[in-house]
Amino acid sequence: MLELSRVSAGYGSFQALFDVSLEVRAGEAVAVIGPNGAGKTTLLRAISKLIEVSAGEIRMEGRSLGDVPAHRIIDLGLSQVPEHRRLFPRLTVEENLRMGAYTAAARPKFAQRLEMVYALFPRMKERRHQMAGTMSGGEQQMCAIGRALMSGPKLLLLDEPSAGLAPVIVQSIFDLVRKIREEGYTVMIVEQNVRQVLKVVDRAYLLEVGRIKLAGSAAELLASAEIQKAYVGL
Amino acid sequence: MDRRWLPALAALAVLPWVVPSSYVVHLLVQVLLWSFIYTGWSLMGRFGLVSFGHGAFMGIGAYAVVLLWNFHGLSPWLSIPIGVALAVAVAVLIGYPCFRFGIAGHYFALVTLALTEVVRSVIVALRDTTGGSLGITPNSVLKDGVTWSVQALQFADKRVFFYIALAAWAFGIWVWHRIDKSMMRYAMEAIGSDEQAAASVGVNVTRTKLAITMISAALTALGGALFGQYQQYVNPETVAGIGVSLQIVFAVIAGGMFVRFGPTVGAVFTLLLTEGLRVGIGNKVNALDSTIYGLMLVLFIIYMPTGILGKLAEKLRRARA
Repeated sequence: MLELSRVSAGYGSFQALFDVSLEVRAGEAVAVIGPNGAGKTTLLRAISKLIEVSAGEIRMEGRSLGDVPAHRIIDLGLSQVPEHRRLFPRLTVEENLRMGAYTAAARPKFAQRLEMVYALFPRMKERRHQMAGTMSGGEQQMCAIGRALMSGPKLLLLDEPSAGLAPVIVQSIFDLVRKIREEGYTVMIVEQNVRQVLKVVDRAYLLEVGRIKLAGSAAELLASAEIQKAYVGL
Repeated sequence: MDRRWLPALAALAVLPWVVPSSYVVHLLVQVLLWSFIYTGWSLMGRFGLVSFGHGAFMGIGAYAVVLLWNFHGLSPWLSIPIGVALAVAVAVLIGYPCFRFGIAGHYFALVTLALTEVVRSVIVALRDTTGGSLGITPNSVLKDGVTWSVQALQFADKRVFFYIALAAWAFGIWVWHRIDKSMMRYAMEAIGSDEQAAASVGVNVTRTKLAITMISAALTALGGALFGQYQQYVNPETVAGIGVSLQIVFAVIAGGMFVRFGPTVGAVFTLLLTEGLRVGIGNKVNALDSTIYGLMLVLFIIYMPTGILGKLAEKLRRARA
């Protein structure tokens, strides 16, 4: 579904990604794990066209993203839950969800998808008239995921969903991710919380200093000595 | 707009017949025209697009009408659309590069500040046509017993202009209302808080900002044209300079830019303040009125950033909750 072949990218003269190749197939959940500064967020920014790649190619269902502007990425079925949620704080929960169905293709399906999101996250229905900025971190994450689902994406991109959340909330966020998987969504998740994320995905890539170091099934990675030593802390 | 507004509009419509003097009618026309211009500015300002350059659009509207009338005999009915179109074109010329290349916040404010100064300088420099800094008066048709002309949009009776100003003001409020009810409001609200997040849900950031800027410039140019026509005199300082651009910003901050009638309250407040200072202090102490103006702006920004009406609305909401 999503394919990156030998992608390099960076900011000005600083290169953050080197020759990154990876793939997400339909129905899969794939994680990109790695420490702070490995280039995980840069990777997602490149996929969302918030930065241009300097070499290599990104393709969504065979279509190159080269000439697609940032606001058209969502039309290709790629929907992102950005790091730190980035909700629109002065809009209510329901207005945030409305923004998730902003595109011409998504607008007619607004009511139907709103019901779907409310069924998935009943809490959001209770809070629908509340300003998004006034909710707790976990609720905001729920709202951000809901907003991303409102466009009816083929692939959901999650950027550090556990970042900045209390440990008890982190657990519930990963439960949410599992729930979304069960709904049949294809998911790509970028995460530092290696132990937790490997429990909910099928495959994973380890990104270090801008390069893919390891790739394999979640079980393989979890069992590998390198991951055990550096990330799981056993 | 819904029916509830009709009684309020009707009450406003009889005002010029019940107020004691034509001076009060004059003040009412001023309030309505400025409210309209302030409302036009706030369409951008409320979403974080702070412009210090709306004097430019106002000046273009005002001067286009007077010049086309004096030199080509073109009726304001034709020259107002031309002036508005011209202002919109300038808005695109300035706005597109800014929005395309992500010039926002303070930098955008500075670009617009430069724009208003450029327009004022051009008006002053073309003094053979525009009358320079002395300003220009449209050729009057009100002589030899003629007291009004629809074609020239000139009326001896201020009350006629009151209704024109009232219609413009109501139009401004209606535009605000329509935008509030549209997806554009959500899109602009989203852009105002996070441009990248807005783009990632599919908002064309450049185009949406440009659209709101064009609407704002159009309303302001229309306001400027009507203002010049009402005064029967335009001057680069009073319709195009930095002074008028800052006056717009001050009034809107005072009234409240996030609520529909905030700019109107701002117009009432600043007019009372200006007239009060004019009558109370006059020219007795040099520049005291400007000093008080500036001081009040600082106080508003610190203690009442949402303005008079915004603060009231907050209080009411809290009292109800």
